[in-house]
Amino acid sequence: MDNLVPILAAAIAAGTPLVFAALGELVVEKSGVLNLGVEGMMLVGAIAGFAVATSTGNLWIGACAGMAAGVAMAAIFAVLALNLMANQVASGLALTLFGVGLSAFVGKPFESVSLLKEGPFDVPLLSQIPFLGPVLFRQHVLVYVSWLLFAGVTWFLYRSRAGLVLRSVGESPESAHAIGYPVVRIRWLATLFGGAMAGLGGAHLSEFYAPMWVEGMVAGRGWIALALVVFATWRPARVMVGAYLFGGVTIAQFFAQGAGIDVTSQLLSALPYLATIVVLVVISRNVNTIRLNSPVSLGRPYRPD
Amino acid sequence: MRLKLEARPEPSRLTGYLSPLLAAGLTVVAGFILFSALGRNPWLGFYTFFIHPIRDLNGVTELLLKASPLMLIGVGLACGYRANVWNIGAEGQLTLGAIFAGGVALHFHGSESRLVLPAMFVAGAAGGMLWAAIPALLRTRFNTNEILVSLMLVYVASLLLSWLVHEPWRDPEGFNFPQSEQFTETALYPILVDGTRLNLGFAVALAAVAIGYVFLNRSFLGFQLRVAGLAPDAARYAGFNAHRMVWLGMLAGGACAGIAGMGEVAGPIGQLLPSVSPGYGFAAIIVAFVGRLHPVGILLASLLMSLLYLGGEAAQMGLNLPSAMTGLFQGMLLFFLLGSDVFINYRVRVVRPLPAPAVRAAAA
Repeated sequence: MDNLVPILAAAIAAGTPLVFAALGELVVEKSGVLNLGVEGMMLVGAIAGFAVATSTGNLWIGACAGMAAGVAMAAIFAVLALNLMANQVASGLALTLFGVGLSAFVGKPFESVSLLKEGPFDVPLLSQIPFLGPVLFRQHVLVYVSWLLFAGVTWFLYRSRAGLVLRSVGESPESAHAIGYPVVRIRWLATLFGGAMAGLGGAHLSEFYAPMWVEGMVAGRGWIALALVVFATWRPARVMVGAYLFGGVTIAQFFAQGAGIDVTSQLLSALPYLATIVVLVVISRNVNTIRLNSPVSLGRPYRPD
Repeated sequence: MRLKLEARPEPSRLTGYLSPLLAAGLTVVAGFILFSALGRNPWLGFYTFFIHPIRDLNGVTELLLKASPLMLIGVGLACGYRANVWNIGAEGQLTLGAIFAGGVALHFHGSESRLVLPAMFVAGAAGGMLWAAIPALLRTRFNTNEILVSLMLVYVASLLLSWLVHEPWRDPEGFNFPQSEQFTETALYPILVDGTRLNLGFAVALAAVAIGYVFLNRSFLGFQLRVAGLAPDAARYAGFNAHRMVWLGMLAGGACAGIAGMGEVAGPIGQLLPSVSPGYGFAAIIVAFVGRLHPVGILLASLLMSLLYLGGEAAQMGLNLPSAMTGLFQGMLLFFLLGSDVFINYRVRVVRPLPAPAVRAAAA
C-alpha cells in the first residue's frame, strides 16, 4: 500500500501529457480530420514552452507559448489538408517530420539550460484524504487543468449544441453542409484546438514533467496519443484511463530499478511501445468495434462546391 | 475580386511533373528568407547549403553515398504507398537490417570468405522484412492500423540495437564505448571510386530503382498495387487479393530498408553503433512523395534530399548553424510539395464580384 501511492501518483503525472494530446486529437478526429502530426506539434510546443519559460522566468507564459506554437503548427496542417485538399495522412506525416526538424533546430541553444522544478500543488483539504489525497491531489497544477479539460471536452461533445454540430460534421460533412453548417471552418477550429492541446502537452513535458529540453524528448508520445484515441474508441473517459495506464507503463522502469528488479533497461523502455501495439491489436481485432465507433468521414477530404 | 479553386475536368499530367520542381524552388526561396531572418547573408547561405557541398568529386560522391539509402528505401516504400499501405516504420526496418547484417559480420569476424558480404545482404533484407512483417500480419490478421504499429517498432528497433551494442555485442577492446568491433575487409562493400567513400551500395540502390521501375510500371502485380490504391472497390471486384497487396507493399519496403541498413554498416560506418542512420527511413518517406512514387522521380528526389543532408553539415561548419536545419528543409520541401499538388486537380480562377444590381437580380 505504501509503495502503491507514489506509483499511482507518478503514473498520473506521466500520463498527463498524453491526456492533453489525446483529448485534443479526439476532438479533431470527431470532426472527421485525421492529423498525424501530434508528435511534431508536441515537440514544437515543448521547445516553445521551454524557451519562453526560461527567458521570461514565467512557466505560465511558457505554457501559453507552447499552446500558441501548437496552434501555428496545426494551422499549417489545416491549410494543406482542409483548404488545399492534400492527403491527410501525408500532411500529418509532413507536420511531424517538420516539427522534429524545427524543434531540433530551435532547441540547440537550450540543450544545457536548466529550469527550476516547480513543486506540486497540494489542494487544501482534499490532499489530506488518506490514499486518494496523495495520489490525486498533490500534483502539478496542469494535472488539475487536464481534468477540467476532460470535463470540458466531455460536456462539449455530448451536452452542447456546438459539439453535436462538430460530431455531425465528422459523420457526414455532406449533410452538415446541406443544412448550412460551415464544414471547413468547423474542421479548422477543431484542428487548431487539437494543436493547442498537443502544444500544451509538449510544454507540460518540457516545463513541468522533465523539466528540461532534449532533442526528440517527446519520444513517440504523440503517436501513442493517436493510438490512445483508437484504443478509447473515440470516448473521452476511456482516453483518460488509457493515458494513465500508459503513464504507469512509462514509469515502470524507474520503479523496477528502485525495487532492485534486474531487467534490461532497454526492455523496460520499450514497454510503452510494445504495449501500444498490443492494445491496438486487442481493440482492432473486431472489425466492427472500429467501424461502429470511428467518425465515418475520418481522414476523408471534403470540399463544398 | 478573389481567388477560387476550381476542379479540373481531369488531373493535369503536366502539373504532376512540375509540382516537385515548384516545391524545390519554394524550399530554396524559404531558405533565403530563413538565412536572412537568422542574420546571415542569404546568398552565402544558399551557396554554403546547396552549392559548396558538391563543388568537387569528393562532394559528388558523398552526395551519391547519402542518396543511395534514400532512393533504395524510397522505391520500397513507393510499392506500399501506391496501394495505400502506409509503412512509415522504414527507420526501424533499416535498423533491423543493420542488426541482422551486423550479426553476420560479427559472427564471421576475420573470415576471408567472399561469401560474408552476400550473407550480410541476405540477412539485412531478411531483418527488414521480418520487422515489416509484424505490421503486415497485424493489419491482415487483426485489422490493426499499420501506421501506428510500424512507427512504434522504430523505437523498439532502436532500443534493441542500443541493448546489443551496450551488452552482448560490445567490443571488448572498445574502452567501454557502446559499439561493436570494426568489421573486417570481407564484411565491407568494395569502394567504387578510389579515394572516396562511394561504395557498391550505390550500384545496389540503382539496381533497386531499375527493378522497381519494371515491377511497378511494367508488371501485373505492380498494376494490382496501383489499382488497390486508386480504386479499392475496383480491385475487389477484379478479384485482387487485398491482403496480398498489404503483404507485398510492406515486405517490399522492409526488404529495401533492411538492405539500406546493411549498406550503412557495411559501408560508411563499418561497425554497429547505437545509431546507424540519421533518419534515412523518415527522409525516404519524403523522397517517395517528392518522387511521385515513380522510381525515376525517386532517384532525382533522393539526390535533392541527400543534398539537404550535406547542406546541413556544411551550414554547421561554414555558418555555425545547427545541422538540424536539414530536418527543417526536408519538412518544408514536403509541405510545399503537398501544397503545390493542389494544382494537379484544381486550377485557380479569379472571381470578380457581381455588380450590385446583378446580385439583386440573381437573388430575385
